[in-house]
Amino acid sequence: MPLRNTIAVVAGKAARVGARVRGGGSALPGLVAETVDPGFLARALSEVRGGIVVVTGTNGKTTTTKMLVALLRAHGKRVFTNPTGSNFTRGVISSMLPELGRSGRLDTDMAVLELDEAHALRFAAAVAPTHALLLNVARDQLDRFAEIDHTAALLEQLAGCTTSGVVLNRDDSFVARIAATLRLGVTVRWFGVHAAIADRLPELLEQDVRFGDDFTAPPATADDGLLRPVDDRAFDVVFGDDPVGPVTLRQRGLAAMINATAATTTARLLLGGAFDPATAVTALAAVNPPFGRGETVMIDGQPLELVLVKNPAGFTVALGTYTSTPVATMIAINDNDADGRDVSWLYDVDFSSLRARGVAWTSGVRAWDMALRLEYDDVAVEQVEPDLTRALDAFVAAYHDEPKRLFCTYTAMMALRRTLAARHGLAGFGEEG
Amino acid sequence: MPDTAPASKGTITVVHLYPREMSIYGDLGNTRCVAVRIRRHGYTPNVVQHHPGADWPADVHLVLGGGGQDSGQARVEADLVEIADRLRGLAADGVPMMMICGTYQLFGNAFVTVEGTRLPGLGILDVTTHGNAKRMIGPTVLDTEFGTVVGYENHSGSTTLSPGQKPFGVVRHGYGNNGDDRTGGARTHNVFGHYLHGPVLPANPRFADALIGYAAERATGRPFEPEELDDRTADEARTRQVRRLVG
Repeated sequence: MPLRNTIAVVAGKAARVGARVRGGGSALPGLVAETVDPGFLARALSEVRGGIVVVTGTNGKTTTTKMLVALLRAHGKRVFTNPTGSNFTRGVISSMLPELGRSGRLDTDMAVLELDEAHALRFAAAVAPTHALLLNVARDQLDRFAEIDHTAALLEQLAGCTTSGVVLNRDDSFVARIAATLRLGVTVRWFGVHAAIADRLPELLEQDVRFGDDFTAPPATADDGLLRPVDDRAFDVVFGDDPVGPVTLRQRGLAAMINATAATTTARLLLGGAFDPATAVTALAAVNPPFGRGETVMIDGQPLELVLVKNPAGFTVALGTYTSTPVATMIAINDNDADGRDVSWLYDVDFSSLRARGVAWTSGVRAWDMALRLEYDDVAVEQVEPDLTRALDAFVAAYHDEPKRLFCTYTAMMALRRTLAARHGLAGFGEEG
Repeated sequence: MPDTAPASKGTITVVHLYPREMSIYGDLGNTRCVAVRIRRHGYTPNVVQHHPGADWPADVHLVLGGGGQDSGQARVEADLVEIADRLRGLAADGVPMMMICGTYQLFGNAFVTVEGTRLPGLGILDVTTHGNAKRMIGPTVLDTEFGTVVGYENHSGSTTLSPGQKPFGVVRHGYGNNGDDRTGGARTHNVFGHYLHGPVLPANPRFADALIGYAAERATGRPFEPEELDDRTADEARTRQVRRLVG
């Protein structure tokens, strides 16, 4: 093997140990390996024969990736994935390092990678994915992507680099119209909602950024997965006349169901005849909500739900999913790069569903801006405390004998999770998965 | 409502220009803020969403416009030509307007693309915008006649004021019109154009009330009769942001 690659692996592993000792820092070792050897990724994945799958889109990447990996593993596949939600190229390298032998090559059947839209393309420049699952396009961190049209263009370019099969969301016109741009010979599969629940689409998509559709997805075939709920918790993924289901997830809400539909459609494409509906149902039922996506922590016998929010579509879905059961609520908003520095998006979310119970605490760097936003929807706010630890402690103490819910942006969630781990014995970040 | 509710001081018609095409950065928040504050000041808001091709309402007291993507701007151009004379007339007549980002550029003399193509604007504000490879993105603080104003800018156009054109404010933090001359936005009569998202009005209630005040006078023919509103949350949010950015 080339000496340079060995050095990259060893240097990266050394940096990983260093980062672990200091606590956290999941992207640093990746940066070291990428700097030492730009061909690292291509070589590391060169022996992965069963498929290199990229999962991307604005919302649901982490949940969907986790579900897809569970489905493939339940069918006996050895799968590499990047489970820490570190969805930049460097994060992929970081999570790869402990899996690499001295050869510098991954020894698995498949790789399923969650990548954000820009990094998915950067990754594809190094390694052409065999498959891509494109979930949706919504406003997210416009300070980084600048425009939604630009984000949609990134996904189109990624699909253009994909060599074998692409799975598209038939209900999202930004994603669906990519089908018309694909190379000949690339298989297209679709996922979406069944006609029976078409009226619930606004719960999943931001309609106000979509214009008169110039593209309509073709009628669903027996290879396309459609979500058809049975009741509030159970649903089928219907392929032609064959349902996979009923499935009951550990995560609540329509968004998790459509993620499961996307994952099942993709797994079926990857596994072909080996796909088994009963195995899929069992595998999906066992998937724990990823880190901060409806995760529940027990404190003094009472549940505290952690809900990550990062853009208008995601926050709207989260409010729709959780506020049917109003509980004591805290909202923590930071404006670091990973959160999106522009808090304008809070004004594109309707908070009136929180009016009945009010919000107990707002926190984070933009705690006062969040409180101001709630004032304009006539939602009462009891306390504003920018300091996350102080707010969390006070919130938990004030509502110790009842269920609680915490909506937070990414870096606020990281900080709050560290506090929860220290105070209440929660598994630390990155240890899960 | 109990019958003790005071009678409305008057109805104020607010037109939101192209809410579908030109409100990508929380611009709906400005309309929401204005409607709520009009009500809290004892007036009745009448919010009209103006979509391309729709009739222009008869009696307009305040016009708001936001930022959009290039594809959004392309979708509104024909309608803007259609209503251009009415907007120019209303502007000259003192109707308050606030145009942000994309609509600010459209209210100027022209937008000149990177390739040198000159796309004419309404010419209500004496400014010209040049397309730019570089995006100007980040939190902003301006000193204005309505006090210190905070926002968040995200634009690639570089706007220059013609000699004699008044700016909306002076940049204390961020880029403003072009990142060079420290001017932020423009004001002509009661028409304000600038690059502050955020959205700007909830965070800066003095500016919001100035616009509502001009609109109320126009709607009722009487001086603005504001109520005392509690803006402590907005003041705290804004003060903290100013302290973070300029110390």
